[in-house]
Amino acid sequence: MNIVLLWTDMLVWILVIVVAIWGLFISRSSQVQKQWHTVFKSSIAMASAIVLLFYLLFTLLDSVHMHFTANATASNGQTVQYKAETVSLLDLIFVHNLKSTERTYSAPFATHEYSKSVIVDDKGVTRQGYLPLRYVSKKGNLVEKSLFAVLVGLFISSLIILLHLFWQSSGNFKSVFLKNWKAQSVLPWRTAYLTIIFLVVLLTWLYMLSFDYHVLGTDKVGGDVLYQSFKSIRTGVLIGILTTLIMLPVAVLLGVSAGLFGGWVDDAIQYLYTTLSSIPGVLLIAAGVLSMQVMMDAHPSWFETTLERSDLRLLFLIMILGITSWTGLCRMLRAETLRISQMEFVTAAKAFGVGNLMIILRHIVPNLMHIILISVVLDFSGLVLAEAVLSYVGVGVDPTMYSWGNMINQARLEMARDPMVWWSLFSAFVFMFILVLAANLLSDRIQTVLDPRNK
Amino acid sequence: MMGSILKVENLSLTADKEKLLKAVSFEIKKGEVFALVGESGSGKSLTSLAIMRLLPDAISVSSGDIKLRNRSLFVLPEYQMQKVRGKSIAMIFQEPMSALNPVMTVGEQVAEVIKIHLGLKKDAIKKKVISLFEEVALKDPKERYHWYPHQLSGGQKQRVMIAIALACEPDLLIADEPTTALDVTIQAQVLKLLKKIQAERKLSILFITHDMAVVSQMADHIAVMRQGEILEQAVCEVFFNAPRHPYTKKLLKDAAHRKEGREKKQHTERLLEVKNLKVYFPIKKGFFQRTVGYVKAVDSVTLSIPKGKTLALVGESGSGKSTIGRAILSLVPIAGGAVIFEKQNLARLNQTALKPYRRKIQVIFQDPFSALNPRMTIGNIIREGMVSLGVGPKERTLQDVYIKELLLKVDLKEAYIHRYPHEFSGGQRQRIGIARALAVKPELIICDEPTSALDVSVRAQILTLLRKLQQESGVSYLFITHDLSIVPAIADEVAVMKEGKIVEQGSVSQVMENPQHSYTQILLASAPKLPYII
Amino acid sequence: MFVYIIRRVLYAIPILIGVNLITFMLFFMVNSPDDMARAQLGAKQITPAMICSWKVEKGYDKPLFINHHAKGMAMVTDTLFVQESLKLFRFDFGFSDANRDIGSDIKERMWPSLAIALPTFLIALITNISLALLLVLFRGSVLDTGMMVIAVMIMSISGLFYIIAGQVIFSKIWHWVPISGYEEGWSSIKFIILPVMIGVFAGMGAGVRWYRSIFLEQINQDYVRTARAKGVSEIKVLFRHVFRNGMLPILTGVVVIIPSLFMGSLVMESFFGIPGLGSYTIDAINAQDFAIVKAMVFLGSVLYIVGLILTDISYTLFDPRVKL
Repeated sequence: MNIVLLWTDMLVWILVIVVAIWGLFISRSSQVQKQWHTVFKSSIAMASAIVLLFYLLFTLLDSVHMHFTANATASNGQTVQYKAETVSLLDLIFVHNLKSTERTYSAPFATHEYSKSVIVDDKGVTRQGYLPLRYVSKKGNLVEKSLFAVLVGLFISSLIILLHLFWQSSGNFKSVFLKNWKAQSVLPWRTAYLTIIFLVVLLTWLYMLSFDYHVLGTDKVGGDVLYQSFKSIRTGVLIGILTTLIMLPVAVLLGVSAGLFGGWVDDAIQYLYTTLSSIPGVLLIAAGVLSMQVMMDAHPSWFETTLERSDLRLLFLIMILGITSWTGLCRMLRAETLRISQMEFVTAAKAFGVGNLMIILRHIVPNLMHIILISVVLDFSGLVLAEAVLSYVGVGVDPTMYSWGNMINQARLEMARDPMVWWSLFSAFVFMFILVLAANLLSDRIQTVLDPRNK
Repeated sequence: MMGSILKVENLSLTADKEKLLKAVSFEIKKGEVFALVGESGSGKSLTSLAIMRLLPDAISVSSGDIKLRNRSLFVLPEYQMQKVRGKSIAMIFQEPMSALNPVMTVGEQVAEVIKIHLGLKKDAIKKKVISLFEEVALKDPKERYHWYPHQLSGGQKQRVMIAIALACEPDLLIADEPTTALDVTIQAQVLKLLKKIQAERKLSILFITHDMAVVSQMADHIAVMRQGEILEQAVCEVFFNAPRHPYTKKLLKDAAHRKEGREKKQHTERLLEVKNLKVYFPIKKGFFQRTVGYVKAVDSVTLSIPKGKTLALVGESGSGKSTIGRAILSLVPIAGGAVIFEKQNLARLNQTALKPYRRKIQVIFQDPFSALNPRMTIGNIIREGMVSLGVGPKERTLQDVYIKELLLKVDLKEAYIHRYPHEFSGGQRQRIGIARALAVKPELIICDEPTSALDVSVRAQILTLLRKLQQESGVSYLFITHDLSIVPAIADEVAVMKEGKIVEQGSVSQVMENPQHSYTQILLASAPKLPYII
Repeated sequence: MFVYIIRRVLYAIPILIGVNLITFMLFFMVNSPDDMARAQLGAKQITPAMICSWKVEKGYDKPLFINHHAKGMAMVTDTLFVQESLKLFRFDFGFSDANRDIGSDIKERMWPSLAIALPTFLIALITNISLALLLVLFRGSVLDTGMMVIAVMIMSISGLFYIIAGQVIFSKIWHWVPISGYEEGWSSIKFIILPVMIGVFAGMGAGVRWYRSIFLEQINQDYVRTARAKGVSEIKVLFRHVFRNGMLPILTGVVVIIPSLFMGSLVMESFFGIPGLGSYTIDAINAQDFAIVKAMVFLGSVLYIVGLILTDISYTLFDPRVKL
């Protein structure tokens, strides 16, 4: 076994490290601490942040890839050489689902296939019937299993909460617990705990039942929909955050220079973003992705496996999305820089002979942080939704990659079936909805707190 | 005995459990000007909004009553209150720039109030609007009807506001700081107009202001407010002759800047000389945005700043006085002329060569809110200049000691070093700004209207501080201001500026007591004065 | 005014050249004429001669940016980039891979696109602004907060969901309207009504929130206080003062997209089988037909720039402070 670092994995972990360092850096400023404190005073923001953290957790789990070439012993005692496959931690967790591929569609919790097929029975008579699913256990009943799963979930979540309480209390455990539980704490910890309990119980339930059932059904080729939905989290979250990460330095650098230096620098930057923004977004992305596809077809040596291929394609898509989305932020930053550079504290810095670079770093960028942050969180939900549309248009992620867009796109073709195959669509939409709703609610709160006009 | 128009009885306002007004009572009689005086945050504007029932949603009336001609306003349903507003009680506001709807012609805006309350026909309304414009002395009233607010000057806009207020012949006019945003000469005109109309129409006015001198000119009856309470009420003469409350006494003392007893020297050494300074801003027009001309913001100005003394540069808004300050600091491109400091022409130096002089010339700004970076601690704000110009100790801990000393020097606490600007009041911020300038031990500080955003009492404190610092360190000031009344309190010499040119320069006593130029004479005559009785 | 428009049109030229440069780079640098020839000819044995003749036939035999064989100005002008750009500036879009005249295709398919996009745009504009005004009138009430929660919900659901749910409910289950298709003339209404309604609903969350925030910003301005002090009723304050001032920021966001309505909506048209420019583009993308995509990129940019000019002109009509 050895660790494989895909391009996007690398970026994700770089991002995690950068955010951690940045967090450490700004936590020294009491002002910023206070602002974030205010953000999380709202219980909606707290709950949303916890939901987002869970999504992030799955993204990170799915961003550690490993390569197995070991021999394994199959059940019948024969040594089987598995294909050299790259899998992530998340795949290892869901390995039972990976192996339990059915023949075709089945509904959630179903024991038989969704459509009839021709069966030849023992007497050689052919008839139409529903074939039973291969990987559904027939032992025990659903309610018992569910109850057990919920109990396990409650246990795990209470462990997490106890850990947090211990960390927070440093001694007087009982009083902190009571304070949090009676909603008397400054931050809404009770809401946080309830959210954690709900999410952990839900996830354990889904996970434990996934051993015995296809909890969210299977798709056309029998793949488990629950597993697909979880795998899609990484794609959605990555597109949402990496795009902004890639475009942010460009937007900040160009926006600030345009606003501060004026003259021909301003003219050139304005020309650049007017030109880029004049091309309809989807078309620019389409043109970019098409060219990229041609380029990748011409250079098959760039990648060894389909996973690497789809990863590279994801990276290119993120870059193209970044190129098309920096213009709006750049325009805003330019206007705000113009305003700030007229402020008297900038004049004072100039009167002290402070250089341009220091003026940008010390006086302008810190005062732009709220705009940058607001646009990052606002763009996030837009980008997650855009992924679905782009995959539908045919310029999204690689068709072999798990993504909500691809799930919707495949399920859409089956809409004409009667009764409808609804579970793939449903799962993709629900997973996406929860993520986007949490992001929207949190960004609303951040906007209210950080926007100086709301004071 | 004249009848009472408005009675405010024990009015109390609260917002979020905080008491904003505490049992305020007063009475306005017919045909009198009742002045409500106080510093910012004293609750005088809230009182006026309460009378109009236009308080923000967050503020509620907790007790008390307001009676207009013995009819309680608080019991009226909203639709009847709308008939009171604009008809029985009219209001003019402080900011003429934003108080008019930018996308409606001024004529329409006056016509709207007439249409609502008097229900005249279209032609009659228009005639009435034009006659109102004539009454408030707007030139070409027929043409002005179709003008938009942005085409009018500040004084003209305030005249339009007065026309709106007068349109339905109200019983009471509330004037909330109506001249604070205007230049001195315009202020004098508007006050004169208000007085004339008040006399002609026997109008009752509730006049809200912070300016004691304006009050002394306008009011019949005066009430002083502080922190939501009325401290003292009196008739004008009594009020100025025999103020009772200590706060009133202090206000009057702070407002009256009397000449400091400074020794006069015939010839003082000059620290900095400005010779034929020109600062032009290009006007771009036409197809290719060519430069077709220049705004001569500073047009051949010659002046000199005495060493260890203060030169006051006086002028109205747009006269170019702030631009001179920035030109001396080399922050705007200079089109011609010289700024000579220690025999060196600063106008010719590049940024690197300029750096040693940056230490010697520093600046204090007008707006205490935009002068300090909100994301930096007070300590780092003061440290920035020290590090950049290499003044003071190099070690961080020693710098902190140095900064704490500075904070004490400007009468702030040492502990403020780790705080952020938003925790401080306007006056405290101005002190931080002064400390920042002092940190690099400058020889000249350019004070760009440092007191015009401050309340009267705070203004007096800052002026005292500036004087004290000058005596201690011998620093020179170029004190840029529009307010003639504070000139004697701070300056040794004064230069008067108009449209980019200096019209008169001399010692304070020469210029203030015996002005030669006609513009200086007008300025001095326009400035409202306190009766010198204290 | 006239001089201004001329100037803006002239300003548009460098931008369009920039747009061309970007598309050109995407299509010809990454995907060289040789690659295109190979892809197009498709035959198993392709000789360099075949590629050459294909390139001559399509006019792709010139160098990309600088022609070293030519002299003087021709060094720059007799190149693929300049020749291709000039064709686009004449709105000569050439032929698609399926050998159809792109220009006449666009002219034909523009109208179905407009038939969907224009009603969606107008109905959305009117409903969103009216709802926003209503919420501003009752600001802070239960209605306001409740609607804002609903708006966030609407915003958080993928647009694809509305389309699929709408088709299932109104076409598959209730059979109110046909699931997809298009006809000329008045009978097209039954095909148009569902996509229009879905388009309006999907954009409602973000729209209402945006307009509401604009009006709320206006309502705290000083001139609104003046109007109230004049005795103007709250409803009239909203319609006479707040609405007219709020229109200015709204114009910036709204006018610019009007010309682009011709381009249609990619997703909507392909789901509902509308033969408009949106589905045209999506088909081209799926068939990897570069000529059509390039034509649509150019057209889209031109329409956007027209939108920008219209925005400026509309400002002079609504904002007395702006003069050209």
